[in-house]
Amino acid sequence: MKRSGSLTWLLWLIPLVFLLYFFYQPLLAIFRQVFSERFNQGWQFFSWDQVTRPLVFTLWQAILSTLLTLLIGLPAAYLFARFDFAGRKGLHTLSLLPFILPTVVVATAFNTLIGPRGWLNLILMDVFNLSTPPIKLLNSLPAILLAHVFYNTSIVIRMVGNSLSRLNPHYEEAARVLNASPWQAFKEVTLPLLVPAILGASLLVFLFDFTSFGVVLMLGGPQFATLEVEIYNQAMNRFNLPMAGLLSIIQLLVTLLITLAQNQVRKPRFGKAALSSERKARQRPVGRWQKTFVVLMIILLVVLFVSPILSLVTRSLVAFEAARGERGAFYTGFTTRYYIELFQNRSGSIFYANPLAAIRNSLVYSVMTMVIATSLGLITAYALSRSGKFTRWLEPVFMLPLGASAVILGLGFLLTFNKPPWTSGPFPILIPIAHSLIALPFVVRTILPAIQSIPNLLREAARVMGAKTLQVFREIDLPILLRAVIVSLVFSFTISLGEFGATSFLANARTPTIPVTIFRYISQPGALNYGQALAMSTLLLITSAAGSLLIEKIRLPGEELF
Amino acid sequence: MLRVEEIFKDYDGKPLLKGISFEVQEGELVCLLGSSGSGKSTMLRIIAGLEKPESGKVYWNDVEYTDKPTHERDFGLMFQDYALFPHRSVAENIAFGLRMARRSKAEIDSLVEKALKSIHMQEFANRPVTELSGGEQQRVALARALAPDPHLLMLDEPLGALDHNLRTELLKDLRKRLHDSKKPVIYVTHDQEEAFALADRLLLLHNGKLVQEGVPETVFTQPANAWVASFLGLGNLVPARLVGPNLVESELGQFELYASQALSVSSECMLLLRPEDALIGEEASRFPNHLRAIVQDSVFQGEFYRLEVLVGQTLLQVHSPQAVEINQPLPLTWPTNKLQCLPV
Repeated sequence: MKRSGSLTWLLWLIPLVFLLYFFYQPLLAIFRQVFSERFNQGWQFFSWDQVTRPLVFTLWQAILSTLLTLLIGLPAAYLFARFDFAGRKGLHTLSLLPFILPTVVVATAFNTLIGPRGWLNLILMDVFNLSTPPIKLLNSLPAILLAHVFYNTSIVIRMVGNSLSRLNPHYEEAARVLNASPWQAFKEVTLPLLVPAILGASLLVFLFDFTSFGVVLMLGGPQFATLEVEIYNQAMNRFNLPMAGLLSIIQLLVTLLITLAQNQVRKPRFGKAALSSERKARQRPVGRWQKTFVVLMIILLVVLFVSPILSLVTRSLVAFEAARGERGAFYTGFTTRYYIELFQNRSGSIFYANPLAAIRNSLVYSVMTMVIATSLGLITAYALSRSGKFTRWLEPVFMLPLGASAVILGLGFLLTFNKPPWTSGPFPILIPIAHSLIALPFVVRTILPAIQSIPNLLREAARVMGAKTLQVFREIDLPILLRAVIVSLVFSFTISLGEFGATSFLANARTPTIPVTIFRYISQPGALNYGQALAMSTLLLITSAAGSLLIEKIRLPGEELF
Repeated sequence: MLRVEEIFKDYDGKPLLKGISFEVQEGELVCLLGSSGSGKSTMLRIIAGLEKPESGKVYWNDVEYTDKPTHERDFGLMFQDYALFPHRSVAENIAFGLRMARRSKAEIDSLVEKALKSIHMQEFANRPVTELSGGEQQRVALARALAPDPHLLMLDEPLGALDHNLRTELLKDLRKRLHDSKKPVIYVTHDQEEAFALADRLLLLHNGKLVQEGVPETVFTQPANAWVASFLGLGNLVPARLVGPNLVESELGQFELYASQALSVSSECMLLLRPEDALIGEEASRFPNHLRAIVQDSVFQGEFYRLEVLVGQTLLQVHSPQAVEINQPLPLTWPTNKLQCLPV
């Protein structure tokens, strides 16, 4: 008894200390920064306008993005849950892919589609013989909305589609027999039963749109600053740390409110009654209306999901460079130059971002994140799986990091650890630690259900047969958890590889990562810079897609990442 | 009056229903009986319009309904899991069909009230259906199906989800309710007890075809084939062969009987030996060619003893009015007029 008691303590202690030191300390530093400034100088460091403008814009774009995402996501969820058509599985996998794509990849992908150097403009310039790009979608609200819809439609498809395909088909049929037309049956029965799923998905999409950083920074331009982008601007460009801190606190409060609302929505409403093991078989579309719906949706989804990705990959392989002397003339052709350039160390280059170093750094950070996040997540999940007063008390402490955005984490790190030994050390350990904090909630949510699925009876049986604590873990828990652990490893690796928000605060010239380098390249003029940004994005895209496919393969059906 | 003609339906690429035709008259209660997976529920879904048959037609009062949308048919269907809408109260569930039929508010209120009264659940009106017991759910589901006054009522194993005691109790209640509704009813079940208790007429579905159709008494006394006898649990079935116009040969020996017209001489058949018709002991020994059985087991069943006896290599069940000693030989026979030989 005593032995297992002390082990429980240790289980709690390791993640607790880690979180206190690396999460709560930086968070506290942000508060301290704001309020010490307030005592020293009053509220002079800001004007209300500086707060309300980004806040109102953030809310506005998040509401618009969420509505647009629902507009496409709900019919798409219906399409995948109810209809069978050629290529259904492929399109479904493809539509779930964006969720895991790094923000910089999405941003560059849209840049290659609608940007001044993107396909659409190049084609239009060629066809109409124009000298300037006719479409000016970059640095506009539509660009931000488009990227958000691209990103979050997969959430609606996953959450609402799941709910729809698990809904007992007899409800809709009972309504039909009770004189309801197909539309009435949908409106009166199916839709109300889906409301919890739709609300849940909407809140999550809203949360992601509200805290979106990389996409807005890269596609929105300076005049469209959300809270996150403004935090970054204030801290990194204007060096107004109190202002950045204040914006962070506001951001944190709103995020907290959304999370509270999510917990309300998540409560089971209709009992288990609404779900059934019997699933409605997906049917081939019949009749003119159904066929039109299916065809239109397939076209829409292919355009939405395929065109940015295809555009990125192809554009990274094609050279478009202005021919010298002549206006509107281009040198065009297939090229692998952008890829080759990535692996050449040009010491004389005026650009400080060295792609080779970035790739090496990113891989090292990702492996470290993988190890830290998974081992920490494993311990945390075990601690959370123990019931008791203590657990209930500490659970919020462990779950709060879920709500904090990467940018706030980056700012907190900057305020807390921007001093020796952290800055003078031989290795920038802070980046993998920040990545681990971001990956931790996902890891815990993957592993905890797996732990809870192991009946304690099995462990007791092993113990009765003479197994010691560690042997019990090795013989019983580990084989059952293996799947979840592998998913966690792949997931934290992928998250780290693409992480941009926190890293943009922490990576300096010595320690660039792939996403940071892409951001630097794409902000520079010059075809080579642009091309190299695309080449790196394509490599990152392939890695992330492979990771995502791997996770889908290993994951048990029914486990959800959010 | 409902008429279905030559319904064919595939399931997963295999034929499930292979040409089903029958009629249901005004006020008639028809039981569709068959083992699970035989396509009984699918037959109901085709009549309701929830599924389209591969071929065949559905008529109501000689009007073709095959392609009519479900909500325009005015047929009621009660699902095995009841499918009560979990987001609506008891009263709202019952009102649903009336609301969809665009009845006036006042009319709906009074009809719902009447329906609740008839199932003695007035005080449940505003309760969520998720809090009801199995029996209560069943009553609400029936009230909901009957509320819009459908032309035809279909029930898919309405007692299937309930435990045995509740079943017997609700069966009586259901019988009265269905009878009082005076509607044509198609009742799907795999339980012959339910079917015998309720049906005006039985339809037996096997291997995608209707193998027998008739009033319960006829089906019971004259099963059409060996599957019917076995499905209804009518008694021992022993493989046999018709060797003369009124003579069969089996592993138990030769029996004289009044053979069915359907069988020709030297065809394979199944001998049906009903346990309750068996003659044993002294009574049997008066017949010259009686069987010599060895008693294996004797189980007290209340009104009789159920014996398990071995004749040669064949194990048979027979009923006995009194206890019999185990492991003792027992003379056993069946009177000629009680023996039946059924097509395989």
